[in-house]
Amino acid sequence: MAITEVERRRGQLAALSIAAVVIIVGVPLWWRTTETYRAWLPVSQIKDLAKLQLHLSADVEVVFALDGDLLVQFIILRLQNMKPARYETKYRTATIMEEDALKKPTAAEADLSLHMLSESPCGSLVVYVIPESSSLLPEDVNVYIGQRRTALVRISAQMRVGKTLEQLLAQLEPRIKQVLQVMSFSHTDITVALSDRVRFRPGNKESIADSMRAFKSSPGYEITFSLLNPDPKSHQLHWDIEGAVQTYIQPLLTKLSPLANFSIDSQTLYYTMLGVTPRFDSSLEAYTLNADSLAHVINPVEARLGSNAASSNPVLNFLLYVPDIRHSPLYIHDHRKQEVPSNAFHSPRWGGIMVYNVNGFYGSETEFPVHVNINMAKVMGVFLAQLRLLLGVQSLSPPPGFLVAPCGSTGLADWELDRLMWSRSVENIATATTTITSLAQLLDQIGNIVINDNIAQQVSSAVTSLQLAMAELEVGNLGFALQYSKEAILASEKAFFDPSLLHLLYFPDDQKFAIYIPLFLPMCVPILLSMLKIVSEVRPLKVQIGL
Amino acid sequence: MKILTLLGLLSACFLANSINIEVCTSRFWFNYRHVANTLSVYRSVKRLGIPDSHIVLMLADDMACNHRNPKPATVFSHKNMELNVYGDDVEVDYRGYEVTVENFLRVLTGRLPPSTPRSKRLLSDDRSNILIYLTGHGGNGFLKFQDSEEISNVELADAFEQMWQKRRYNELLFIIDTCQGASMYERFYSPNIMALASSQVGEDSLSHQPDLAIGVHLMDRYTFYMLEFLEDIHPASKTNMNDLFKVCPKSQCVSTPGHRTDLFLRDPGSVLITDFFGSVRKVELTMDAINLTDPIKQMEENPVNGEEQKEVYSYADQLPVSEIIHQKPKQKDWHPPDGFILGLWTLILLVFFKTYGIKHLKHIF
Repeated sequence: MAITEVERRRGQLAALSIAAVVIIVGVPLWWRTTETYRAWLPVSQIKDLAKLQLHLSADVEVVFALDGDLLVQFIILRLQNMKPARYETKYRTATIMEEDALKKPTAAEADLSLHMLSESPCGSLVVYVIPESSSLLPEDVNVYIGQRRTALVRISAQMRVGKTLEQLLAQLEPRIKQVLQVMSFSHTDITVALSDRVRFRPGNKESIADSMRAFKSSPGYEITFSLLNPDPKSHQLHWDIEGAVQTYIQPLLTKLSPLANFSIDSQTLYYTMLGVTPRFDSSLEAYTLNADSLAHVINPVEARLGSNAASSNPVLNFLLYVPDIRHSPLYIHDHRKQEVPSNAFHSPRWGGIMVYNVNGFYGSETEFPVHVNINMAKVMGVFLAQLRLLLGVQSLSPPPGFLVAPCGSTGLADWELDRLMWSRSVENIATATTTITSLAQLLDQIGNIVINDNIAQQVSSAVTSLQLAMAELEVGNLGFALQYSKEAILASEKAFFDPSLLHLLYFPDDQKFAIYIPLFLPMCVPILLSMLKIVSEVRPLKVQIGL
Repeated sequence: MKILTLLGLLSACFLANSINIEVCTSRFWFNYRHVANTLSVYRSVKRLGIPDSHIVLMLADDMACNHRNPKPATVFSHKNMELNVYGDDVEVDYRGYEVTVENFLRVLTGRLPPSTPRSKRLLSDDRSNILIYLTGHGGNGFLKFQDSEEISNVELADAFEQMWQKRRYNELLFIIDTCQGASMYERFYSPNIMALASSQVGEDSLSHQPDLAIGVHLMDRYTFYMLEFLEDIHPASKTNMNDLFKVCPKSQCVSTPGHRTDLFLRDPGSVLITDFFGSVRKVELTMDAINLTDPIKQMEENPVNGEEQKEVYSYADQLPVSEIIHQKPKQKDWHPPDGFILGLWTLILLVFFKTYGIKHLKHIF
């Protein structure tokens, strides 16, 4: 009987040791080998970013060029009423050279010579206060907004008389605030740019239209110019598109290069009609397209336009349509049946179409096809205006008493560029923050997704860039802020849209059981049964001993 | 409530474009009707103005050029071959074996490899209204792809949530024509989704009518009646979603179509069909033009100095003909004899030893 006792002891030891190995070695091994690899993500920093405390600041310099003995000391004031933005305002008197510049005959020349003296950095503004006796501005205009980053404010007579410095400043403050609203960012701009995160409550119709019209911020854009010639038998069109792009469009795009990359191409399409039949208006002896039918023009034409298959950047299409001889001349009428002077229309987030009539270039007795040289300056003028609108340069009407200088040959004033840069930076920061926080949330929720090292690295670099961008915005370095925000958005998009994040999305519970049971049950059953047998043997022994 | 209606109104003005994804998930000739379903919807939305660049069409099998098609290059949706929905203007983005669950989810979430062309991507933004039409064989909580894999309703709901997080849609209309289709939209939880299905859980969606010449069923009932409804819509019509919900009642469809609108912000009665099925762009008149006075710069001619050489590109040799013609015969490596030869020898040896006795074996080995 001792042998069976030994045998039984051995059996029990064997069962116990197998169970021990399974539990101590097997279970951790199984756990480690079926774990998904998840690299570490800076989750706490992401949570901090999600609060999105943006502080914008801009440098404003107010220069007094008044005659008389107004001594202004160097004061730094803060206008704290527009959260989350603030303006660092400095006041000083004008230098001799600036006073000379301000004595030029017209405001435009004064602007130019002031610009020669000193170039204001990106994002800052200089406001010159000139006496009411100055003849730079016409009678009813009190403020002149220049092409670069300067504005001229003329004080009215009653402001000067017998006032102390503080009272004068208090009088000027609303005027300066108005200037800042026009030339620099405003609360509405920032809210619109943040509309990705904050559901937008529209202020007025203009701001809705502006926000819907511009393309969303993207690292690059494709611009395509197309010439549509539905009637090549009658018109042989020639347009010097390369030269026109180089002369008229490229300067604007070069100026906008901190914002995005642009690539331009052009094409000519034959036998492409507009999808809408124009109506003949006998009073004008011309064909008309009214504003309501314009919406149906775009889709049939779009099917014919090609696009660059390689990039997924947004495309801006600019079409120049020369009507066929049977429907010439063709004019676009607005809702009040008035002719639109530019003869063009644009569609938000798509592009623009211009109708160019060539019937004036030839008489009725010429032989066809007629060779026509298109006047590219006129065409590009319209396209440039449309391009500005589509890229987000706002078309606000300035307050009364303001005169805004027409934008220069590049098509964009410096302060307009600054406004674009501000709204772009804020939009980029908002979008990148949303992307990173939703990525973190997603990876947290779905525990099965593998997080590779490269994704973790992209996320970390996005977080760093975001923090840097917000810091730069707070200080007022607009150029650097924009650059960091672009890096942040690139890194965050790359991390979010990484193809490797698709795997292992969902395993239903019944499938998990179906996989594990055939593997582990046959192994576990003998172990469990032998454990139970041991327990049932030990218990009567214990009872015996206890008794 | 007021805020909701205001937000709803804003959603209406926010529309910038419509994008469609149409997926047929079934393979094999007898699933002709699923391809015809998808192509009919494709044809309707193109008629209502959506360009190909805004449609992602996925067909799991090629019916038009199938060997069993008695009328090649056509796909008919009505018996007596009245309407060829294949036409000559079809652009299929994902065809055949490219239609997989993984590719479908990649298109939805945007996680495609960087080399994917534009036509295969879903290029939507936060102003796009997306219509997703799925058809094929389905069950309670899943949709079968290619007869070998399935997508579950939870995965679909998660994919939509990822789209919402990344602001890839403004509003989404989900239409599914499969058996037990309503189970596929049960698990949605992202806002602004409206869903329609051809049958409830536990019911089968039935096909419409067979064509005796082609030999298969041509369309499913729900899509057939939906298409009849869409034929009456033109780009400027004002029909709304409530009419779409009434399409194909039980008397015609045998199954009970269902819909789900609780996640949708706007009232379905105010949603136009053309918001999803057609595409009407907002247009503004250009009031200003910039006065450009500089003359056009003449493009410089190529510099005369020969330093700047234009890089000459050429194709890599596609078929190295010269190598083929002039090559020496390759030294062929020795391979062990083929199975047939081996088997033959074994047979011969066996027969020999059977006949003459096993004792002769020692002479061999």
